[in-house]
Amino acid sequence: MTFRFGDREIAVEPGQSIGAALLAAGYRSWRTTRHDGAPRGIFCGIGVCFDCLVTVNGRPNQRACVTEAHPGDRVEPQEGTGHAGLAC
Amino acid sequence: MPASPADATYDIAVLGAGPAGLAAAAAAGRGGAHVVLLDGGPRVGGQFWRHRQGDSGRGHRHWSTVERLRAAVPDFRPGQAVWHVERTGNGFTVHTATNTLACRKMIIATGAYDRQLPFPGWTLPGVFTAGGAQALLKGHGVTAGRRVVVAGTGPFLLPVATGLAHAGAQVVGVFEAGAPTAFARHPRVLAANPGKLAEGAWYAAALARHRIPFRTRHAVIAADGEGEVEAVTVARVDSQWRIVPGSARRIACDTLAVGYGFTPQLEIPLQLGCAAELGLDGSLIACADERQRSSVPGVYLAGEVCGVGGAELSLVEGELAGLHAAGVTPDRRLVRRRATLRAFAAALHATYPVQSGWQEWLAEDTQVCRCEEVSAGAIRRTITELGASDPRSVKLLARPGMGLCQGRVCGHAVACLTGEPTAAALQGIATRPIAQPVTLGSLAPHPTLEEK
Repeated sequence: MTFRFGDREIAVEPGQSIGAALLAAGYRSWRTTRHDGAPRGIFCGIGVCFDCLVTVNGRPNQRACVTEAHPGDRVEPQEGTGHAGLAC
Repeated sequence: MPASPADATYDIAVLGAGPAGLAAAAAAGRGGAHVVLLDGGPRVGGQFWRHRQGDSGRGHRHWSTVERLRAAVPDFRPGQAVWHVERTGNGFTVHTATNTLACRKMIIATGAYDRQLPFPGWTLPGVFTAGGAQALLKGHGVTAGRRVVVAGTGPFLLPVATGLAHAGAQVVGVFEAGAPTAFARHPRVLAANPGKLAEGAWYAAALARHRIPFRTRHAVIAADGEGEVEAVTVARVDSQWRIVPGSARRIACDTLAVGYGFTPQLEIPLQLGCAAELGLDGSLIACADERQRSSVPGVYLAGEVCGVGGAELSLVEGELAGLHAAGVTPDRRLVRRRATLRAFAAALHATYPVQSGWQEWLAEDTQVCRCEEVSAGAIRRTITELGASDPRSVKLLARPGMGLCQGRVCGHAVACLTGEPTAAALQGIATRPIAQPVTLGSLAPHPTLEEK
C-alpha cells in the first residue's frame, strides 16, 4: 500500500499515520512556518501541537501524525498557511 | 437540531477511551446504565495502550485488561473527538465533528499530554516529545530516530528510552533533571506499592542491559543543527535547575525525546465550568470529590484530568466514577486502592518537581510559542515594558498561545515566565470554547447519532 508524497510513492502499513510513514521513509520535516519559513516535522505525535501539517488531497492543515494514510492519497508538504493556491 | 435531553438515548457518555474511560464505561455498564464511549482516535487504549491495528498485545503491559474492558463496552465510537459540550435542562449535548448526542451524565477521562519546557533549538525537526516518540513506536511501529537522546524529568523517560532501545535505536543517554533518590524519603509509600518498586527495578535493569547511561541532575539545555537536530548540549544542573558553569558538553545525535511531566487535557471540564485547582505537579487539574464528581452536577472525572497519576490509578478512578455515575456503591477495597495509588503519585510529584532554573536556559531569541513563533525576549518585554502581569495579558500583547495549538504546548512555560503560576493564571490560558479543530461545515446542523 502506498500514497503519493510530492513525486514519490511512500509505503504505508494499515493504520499507520501519514506522518509515521513519512518518518519511516526518511523525511524529518515537511512544513515551513508562516513567519520564519522554518522547517517543522512531527513534535508531539498525538495531535496536540499542529507542527506536522500537510495538505492531503487538496485539503491543507491536516495533522500528519493523526491522519491515517489511505492508498492513493496525494500528500503535499505545506508552506505557511497552506492557502497559497487561493491567491488571496 | 440537537436531540433534546428529555429523549436522551444515553444515561452516561464517557469521553476518552484510555485506561480511565474504558474502566468507567465498563463499570457503568455493569451497573445497568446505558453507556456510550467516545474517543478521537481510531482504537481504544488511549496513550498508555496505544496500539496498532491487529496488535497481538505483545509488548504492552496488562494487555488482558484492555481486552476484558473492551469486551464489556458494546457501544464504543472511534473517531469522535468532542469539540464542545452544552449543559441542557437535565443533561448534556455532546458535539463531535460528525455527530451530536444527548446524555444525562458525563464521565470525562480525556487524559493528558507531555508538558514541555522551551530551550534553544527545540523547534528543530528531530526534537520530539517523549510521548510522541512513544506514540510513534507503539501506535505506528516507527522509531523516531537512529541515535537518540532522552531528557526531561519523571519516570516516564524510562519506558521511552528502553522502548526505543528495544526497537533498535541507539539511545545515547537519559538525562533526568531531577534527583530520583529523593523518593527514598517516602518509605511508607514505597512499602505500600511493591509492584511499582519492581517496575522501577525492571527499567533499571533494562537500561543496564542496553548500556544506556542514566544521568540525574542533567538537562538538555540546547539542540542545534542545520535544518534538523545534529547535536544537543547537555549540562549538569543544580537543585533549582540552574546550569552548573563549565559542565556543558555537546553530544551528537539525530533525535531528542523530551518531556517534563504531563498537562491534563481540561478543555471540556473548563467549558462546563468545573472547578479547577493547581495539582501537586504544578499542572492545572479539575477538582474531583471522593465520588469522582466534579463541581458541576452530573459531571464525573477520572484519570489524569483530576491529577496525573498513571494508568493503574486511572483504572481505579475510572471504575469508581463509572459505579458512582450508575448509582452503585463501590467496594471499600477499591476506595482504599485509590488512596494507596494517589499517595504514590503524590510522592512521585514531590520527587520530580519542575524547578524554575530552566528559564536561564533560554536565549532572547528562543521561541517559546512554536505556533506563533514568539520569542522569550518578546514575552519578557510585555512584562518589563508593557506591564503585563498575567499570562492572558502576555497572550493578548505578544500572541503566545494564539496559534493553532491554542497554548497547549507553551501555556505552562508562558505562565512560568510571567510569574509563579497560579490556578487562575493557568486557567486563563487553558480555557478554550472549542476543544478540537472543527470545520465550518461541522458547525452547521448535522444529524444526530440516533437519526443516522
